[in-house]
Amino acid sequence: MATTYRICPRSGLQFDTDAEKLMRWNAVAGVLALLVGGIMALGVILTRWPAVHLLPADQFYMVLTAHGVDMLLFWIIFFEMAVLYFASSTLLHCRLATPKIAWLGFWLMAIGAVMTNVAIFQGESSVMFTSYVPMQAKPHFYLGLILFAVGALLGCFVFLGTLVVAKAEKTYEGSIPLVTFGALTAAIIAIFTIASGAVILIPTFLWSVGYIREIDTIMYRVVWWAMGHSSQQINVSAHVAIWYAIAAIVFGAKPMSEKVSRTAFLLYILFLQLASAHHLLSDPGVGSEWKVVNTSYFMYFAVLASMIHGMTVPGAIEQAQRAKGFNKGLFEWLRKAPWGNPAFSAMFLSLIGFGFLGGISGVMMGTEQLNLLIHNTIYVPGHFHATVVIGTTLAFMGLTYFLVPVLFKREVLFPGFAKLQPYLFGLSMYVMALVMMGAGTLGVSRRHWDMAFAGSPFAYEWPGAAYLMMGLTGISGVVAVIGGGGWILQIVFSLLFGKKLDEGETRSTPVPLTLPAPAGGQAAHAPSTPGTMVLALIFLTSFILYYFVNWKYLSSLWGLA
Amino acid sequence: MSAISPPAERVWWKAPLDKLELTWIAIAFVWSLVMFGMMVYWHIYGNQNLANETYKTTKEMFAAKTQAMVDKYTVRTETDQQIPVVKPPAGSDVYLIGRLWAWWPILELEKGKQYKLHLSAMDYMHGFSLQPQNINIQVHPNYEHVLKISPNQSGTYSIVCNEYCGIGHHTMVGRIYVK
Ligand code: HEM
Ligand SMILES: [Cu+2]
Ligand SMILES: [Cu+2]
Repeated sequence: MATTYRICPRSGLQFDTDAEKLMRWNAVAGVLALLVGGIMALGVILTRWPAVHLLPADQFYMVLTAHGVDMLLFWIIFFEMAVLYFASSTLLHCRLATPKIAWLGFWLMAIGAVMTNVAIFQGESSVMFTSYVPMQAKPHFYLGLILFAVGALLGCFVFLGTLVVAKAEKTYEGSIPLVTFGALTAAIIAIFTIASGAVILIPTFLWSVGYIREIDTIMYRVVWWAMGHSSQQINVSAHVAIWYAIAAIVFGAKPMSEKVSRTAFLLYILFLQLASAHHLLSDPGVGSEWKVVNTSYFMYFAVLASMIHGMTVPGAIEQAQRAKGFNKGLFEWLRKAPWGNPAFSAMFLSLIGFGFLGGISGVMMGTEQLNLLIHNTIYVPGHFHATVVIGTTLAFMGLTYFLVPVLFKREVLFPGFAKLQPYLFGLSMYVMALVMMGAGTLGVSRRHWDMAFAGSPFAYEWPGAAYLMMGLTGISGVVAVIGGGGWILQIVFSLLFGKKLDEGETRSTPVPLTLPAPAGGQAAHAPSTPGTMVLALIFLTSFILYYFVNWKYLSSLWGLA
Repeated sequence: MSAISPPAERVWWKAPLDKLELTWIAIAFVWSLVMFGMMVYWHIYGNQNLANETYKTTKEMFAAKTQAMVDKYTVRTETDQQIPVVKPPAGSDVYLIGRLWAWWPILELEKGKQYKLHLSAMDYMHGFSLQPQNINIQVHPNYEHVLKISPNQSGTYSIVCNEYCGIGHHTMVGRIYVK
């Protein structure tokens, strides 16, 4: 079948028809995983809310395993496949390389996701998504994960193949767009990640069927987190690329400097691979030098990269807004931003929450000695709900508001709810992440069924504040489930019943991307960005204060040497 | 041209940088150096550093060493499970076992004295979470982690297990007395 291209009348984007279908299927599969993960979230949150304590212990651990796997792996990675195809085929006006292999990848991922879910819900595989040895799940738990990973790997290769085709067939001029560059970063990290995953999951699978006698626990944690942490870098690259994309779509914002933003993406590739160390800061058997060198990634180059993106994305928006005349004071550009456009509000809440809540707490936890304060407490999920939920998930939700008319050719139903949804979901997640970190600072454990230690000979009495924080976790978590569930319903209803929109022209040859003729003389000088700089300095001040408060706390503890 | 299109300037790598952007990069870089420096500084001048002393062991060996300590220094037992309370002399080697689903034995330590605490697990991984101090350390089977600890306040401390270890995980609480 010959490749055809559709030109979207609403966005002017050009879609390869095969690629478009793959994007739709991957996005829908992702939303299904989010649905399952979200129902599980309700079980988790209603059990950890001490006054409710809904599920019995065995069901709680099963539901928590499913929550972690469906959210962190299946929802995010399916959606990322759609993003990869969009950033390559659509943004480069190119046909998708080998759509058949892309479909094979999709089906492997789908079969794998179903298989692992079946294993979890049969019971006897409640090992959490980290599946630390020597606790053992059923073989099909691991096999499903392996199939899923192989499928995702195929998707990454199709993405890279498409870049090669685009270059060879000259579908664009100059360099690839920044967003595509960000997606390329994500794909390269993904390949490394999946390789690490194979190194650890394949032996673990063989161990579960009895071919290998024993797996070393420290080695497992080192290699598992080489996958587990790097895969978070995929998410960061992907959602940062989406921030840039939404800024471009909503404001026509142009990166402040292509060089800086691309270098920052490159830093992710260069310095994030050894990051598994910061999951082992409170482990024996790995030395301090290794921990310090790896967690600081030779002086925090990766943190530096995120701090750069955190400034250049709002900076680009400020420049675009000031160029349109929103020049009053420091913040008119921000006040007059389209806060009622869910793509924008989701993106901006994602950026602020990721930086202030996820970023600062992440660096604190990733400091060798400070890690002792929070290792395995509920602080840790507090932190990563700020990164993967506020950062990644909310950015994906925002992008979807743009994709429904463009990719699915449907009008978004319930526009009133759409205006509200990013605030409802985003802000309740802000609160949930904060109070979980609060409870963790008081020591409350993660993955723990009962704060009251029923049945233990020496129950420990948590301070009242810890119960209060967990109660607030429960309340804000329920609001977040409503905000997230509402989004799923809204998207699914829009896809099924939303007004059908004009398909646009379909043609058999792609329109190449051409660069405009160079502007005569000096290009207009871009406006300065004092507002963004003030935001950045507020961020830095909070960061420094919080960082040193934790050192103070650490210094009051028992001596350890 | 925006972030979703190829850069309008073909030689984008030669475009000059924005001044504020450059300032921010410099500040962020200096801050990263400070944070790196803090970890090293604390190793030299700080009092809370996780020990690197770790040995390969076996469950049998570690259980035998713990039993020897219990036989020598038990001062009484507690609860109807007769859990021994062990009071080893200051400065000595102290052993603590994590197993499904208990920390064994109970320790009684003196304030202001240093002990060499040996930690290991008998089955799955466990999490040593000392409350209300909030010191959290991963405990592995087949590895013996040796920490020099100096309790600086007297009181009754609990050891909560905070690495998920199965259905009875929430009942796994141990005890340390500091007198
Ligand atoms: C919609 C609202 C959500 C709520 C109320 C929620 C709530 C929670 C809570 C309370 C925990 C900690 C449980 C514990 O350690 O005892 C948890 C764990 C987790 N959540 Fe969520 N979550 C939500 C959405 C998400 C999303 C969207 C993602 C990923 C994109 C996610 C990923 C995870 C992961 C990976 C874990 C760790 C599971 C483990 O410890 O094995 N969650 N969630
Ligand atoms: Cu345990
Ligand atoms: Cu446990």
